[in-house]
Amino acid sequence: MIAGTGPARLSACCVSGSVSQASSTPPTTLVDGVWEALRTVRDPELDNDVVSLDFVADCSVTEDGIAHVRLRLPTYFCAPNFAFLMVADAWDAVSQVDGLADVDVALIDHFASDAINAGVAARAGFVHSMAGSEVGEAVEELHELRRSFTERAMMAGTDLVVRPLMRAGATPEQVAGMTLGDAPDSADLRRLRARRSELGIPADDDAPLVVDPVGRTVGLEALPLHLRKARSYQVGVDANTSICRGQLAARYGL
Amino acid sequence: MYEKDGEKYFIVDSHMHYWDASPENWVQGAEQYAKGWIECFHAYQGLGPAETHQPLEEFQKVSEEQLMRQEFEEGHVDVAILQSTYLREWYKNGFNTSERNGYLAEKYPGKFILNTRFDPRDGDAGMREFEENVRRYGAIGAKLYTAEWNGDSRGFKLTDPEAYRFLQRAEELGVKNIHVHKGPTIWPLDKDAFDVSDVDHAATDFQGLNFIVEHVGLPRIEDFCFMATQEPNVYAGLSVVIGGLMHARPKFFAKVMGELLFWVGEDKMTFGSDYNIWEPKWQVEGFVDWTMPDDDQFADYPRLDTNGKKKILGLNAAKLYGIEVPAECQITEGQPAAQDDAQLVEDRSVAPA
Repeated sequence: MIAGTGPARLSACCVSGSVSQASSTPPTTLVDGVWEALRTVRDPELDNDVVSLDFVADCSVTEDGIAHVRLRLPTYFCAPNFAFLMVADAWDAVSQVDGLADVDVALIDHFASDAINAGVAARAGFVHSMAGSEVGEAVEELHELRRSFTERAMMAGTDLVVRPLMRAGATPEQVAGMTLGDAPDSADLRRLRARRSELGIPADDDAPLVVDPVGRTVGLEALPLHLRKARSYQVGVDANTSICRGQLAARYGL
Repeated sequence: MYEKDGEKYFIVDSHMHYWDASPENWVQGAEQYAKGWIECFHAYQGLGPAETHQPLEEFQKVSEEQLMRQEFEEGHVDVAILQSTYLREWYKNGFNTSERNGYLAEKYPGKFILNTRFDPRDGDAGMREFEENVRRYGAIGAKLYTAEWNGDSRGFKLTDPEAYRFLQRAEELGVKNIHVHKGPTIWPLDKDAFDVSDVDHAATDFQGLNFIVEHVGLPRIEDFCFMATQEPNVYAGLSVVIGGLMHARPKFFAKVMGELLFWVGEDKMTFGSDYNIWEPKWQVEGFVDWTMPDDDQFADYPRLDTNGKKKILGLNAAKLYGIEVPAECQITEGQPAAQDDAQLVEDRSVAPA
């Protein structure tokens, strides 16, 4: 199972690394480490982390060092494939926190909770986890799905980085010739670099600013349509996020 | 009909339901799904104005009287299109079947259009049921729920050979408006239930059918847009878009509308309240009052004028269903240039950003 990646993940490792040096770390610090780790876990569809999305219903560490994490989703029928990815990623990320004796991550209030929780706990893949379950069988693992959503996130991220440049007066000719290093540093740019790295697309300063989902440079002629589509992806992510947040708030009275 | 500032709007609610999700109708052993489903719908209602929220018990099964009042008396609706959704795996008598909807349609002639449904996985028996429903209710439309559970199956695609057999028969029977649910709420396991590529293929292969994609493929609205812009017989069903976003998230609503107006165009967008998730009243009134914000970030989106709103709220659906529209509600002056239905993405002028 692929764990959540990206720069936030590195900071979580640093946090857990410093924690590990003190063997008598009080649970409050361990809990902070667990929260940090959870911040590296993304909803692939919304391209946002499960802490920011308020998907963490409960997070605690017992006296004997067992981390308990409960994840919740906006609806009972949220897509089980994404749910599985998030639970598995949360398990992996929290397991990286040094000083914990054990990890217990579970999804609550979901139609496929039992199958997903048992499968993740057993380190089984999605297909194996669903086999024979009451809610049905899966035929494919989720690597392709994750890839496809990282591609969408990259397209949406391109819009967030390039639109401000063009509104500030950059011409299509200039944008087509720019590298990542030419764009001013921002949280959006760092996120775009992270998504590109996950896709195996160069993300260093010398790499072209605008590329397609397989990493090819987008020429001047194709640029307007490419950016128009990038904007549609970004609007899609925004719209989904707002619906999901609204559903979660309605469901849990937030 | 809705009248505002001297303009008369003919309202077709092209996507609504008369469901029974009360506990008495839950299938034994599947109660958690029946309950989860309707609670999921109920949470959607939470995205509408607070004064329209219903207690869960009322929401599970509204009365005939309440539906008639909220659709036609208070909701400004002239004609409502009942969309059948079976879900018999979870609801004993179905969620809202052709029979249940048919009761209303037969009792109130002229008020409703009844869309039946088919499920290609039901084979020959399903085909006979479909044919019978078309005959009995004079249906010219059908609602397809590609993510519906059926036995061991957790969904189907329009491109399945069995589905093509039904689409072919639908065309022969004159069932020309195929509403496809591509949107939130139930999902098969690993299949991407929102994937609209099957609609793309079916729309190309069945030029005599119209495909109205309900909920515009949310959460994959962009895939829907890129597809719909190339298929002259694909429409955007705005159920959930108006109900779920216009009140709760007006800024995102404006952006989604901007995307749809740009890629799909006002001639191919149809209003649907998704009743009883949301009542039509606030949606119709709010949509008539709505304008694309002047803010810089919306500058390159197409504008929507009164005529465009008239089309979306009723005239487009009236055309699809052959509903007679009073002259006073027709578009009479200053018609904007219509979108060329067959225009391809590559031909559109694409604003840079």
